[in-house]
Amino acid sequence: MSTRNRAYIAGAFEHPTRKAPDKSVAQLHAECARGALADAGLTKADVDGYFCAGDAPGMGPLSMAEYLNLRVRHVDATDIGGSSYLMLVSHAAQAIAAGKCTVALITLAGRPRSEGTATGTIPRMGNLNQPDVQFEFPYGVTTANAYALCAMRHRHEYGTTAEQLAWIKVAASHHAQHNPNAMLRQVVTVEDVVNSPLVADPLHRLDCCVISDGGGALVVVSPEIARSLTRPLVAIRGAGEAVKHSMAGEVDLTYSGGRWSGPIAFAEAGITPSDIKYASIYDSFTITVLMQLEDLGFCEKGQGGRFVADGNLISGVGKLPFNTDGGGLCNNHPANRGGITKVIEAVRQLRGEAHPAVQVPNCDLALAHGTGGLLGMRHGSATLILERQ
Amino acid sequence: MMSARSMPAPIPTPDTEAFWQAASESRFLLRRCLSCARTHWYPRAICPHCLGDTEWVEGPTTGTIYSYTVMRRVPVPYAVAYVALDDGPTLLTNLVDCDFDTLHIGQPVTLAWVATEGGPNVPCFTPAAESSAAR
Repeated sequence: MSTRNRAYIAGAFEHPTRKAPDKSVAQLHAECARGALADAGLTKADVDGYFCAGDAPGMGPLSMAEYLNLRVRHVDATDIGGSSYLMLVSHAAQAIAAGKCTVALITLAGRPRSEGTATGTIPRMGNLNQPDVQFEFPYGVTTANAYALCAMRHRHEYGTTAEQLAWIKVAASHHAQHNPNAMLRQVVTVEDVVNSPLVADPLHRLDCCVISDGGGALVVVSPEIARSLTRPLVAIRGAGEAVKHSMAGEVDLTYSGGRWSGPIAFAEAGITPSDIKYASIYDSFTITVLMQLEDLGFCEKGQGGRFVADGNLISGVGKLPFNTDGGGLCNNHPANRGGITKVIEAVRQLRGEAHPAVQVPNCDLALAHGTGGLLGMRHGSATLILERQ
Repeated sequence: MMSARSMPAPIPTPDTEAFWQAASESRFLLRRCLSCARTHWYPRAICPHCLGDTEWVEGPTTGTIYSYTVMRRVPVPYAVAYVALDDGPTLLTNLVDCDFDTLHIGQPVTLAWVATEGGPNVPCFTPAAESSAAR
């Protein structure tokens, strides 16, 4: 069953906070839910499906459904890390197409900044029943070095340089300067990035995303409800998901699960990468963006470095405007999970509601894509293709 | 040569106790499938290639660096790597007893057991040529 044009994103809300020491995580979820429903022109009573990921407070969706006092007939709390929210949009569309719900609310929130989480550089043990923990935790695997391993291999195979990776951060910073809520609004240069301290070779401090409190929410609705509302129609035209891992020891760090999720989404949408006017690409690190662009087919494998260089990702300058909110690299990475902000900025672009300085003219087809988990170990990938109708 | 980072002990599960027992005796084991005869990493009771039952076999102790990174923004820097075992799977490990600045992909390495905080040794690797020269 294709979900093409069977569901629409009617509401989108990005929490403006980047540091919330005085709020609870549940409260932030609720503030995001309120914001997205108001954006859609719907109320809490309209919600009959609730979606979150496994990091939401409580068991799956249970505590948040209670906190929000929802009465729903469909729930889904599938967790594939930061890419969960891209996938949950697809799952919501599937549930709507199957008649299981008509108004699906998706929420994310977290406070890693207030909680002082050293997200990228401290090993986290995880659940001892997780079979890989005993073979990884002793070695000091962290988010930063798990992505650096991919960057190092990419450099070896394809000659990708630190300067090419830096262009991704430079492009994000050009966009973030126009976003009053962005954590880092200063425009940076390639030299700034490569001269920032090494975190894990070859990734520098400015190759890494921000750590921010906050959250976001989305409202996905049936076609009938979408047409009854006053918001622009943003259809879910294609979606794909995948899991990539160490493949029983046949490790290949040169590509991400986007190699699999992307073609599924493009086939369902019936378009090709050259049709995409704007792309939200998960940017936990610069290397994440570069590999995903290759895997999604925006350039040949190994050509990512050349593709992103010289401002090709800057809106109004390059061929593929990306992350026009400043992305995770400069704007926001709420709860260490950047998937929902990827969808939100794509919706803004399709509605023509992005900042005028970064708005892509006639933006009718956008892609949002994410990687969740650890790029160099196991990760989820989710691709969405959205259309303004 | 920098002082080594202290290594947390791995916490075995019932299906890996034999691996860590052998490791405490500095023997490196792999799991091989009784049905398809392929090895894999990390060790599993059920073959990840064909879901057959598996058995312990002695693993290769040499390989080459597939990728690596040096963790710099920590009190004691350390090198995380994937090592492709000769005629075997690729495993995540640390590179120890080495000059971080001369590490490179494709470099031959040999197994080097590293003691942990109150647990069994864990398999790490050290450059094959450089380790003898450095000593």
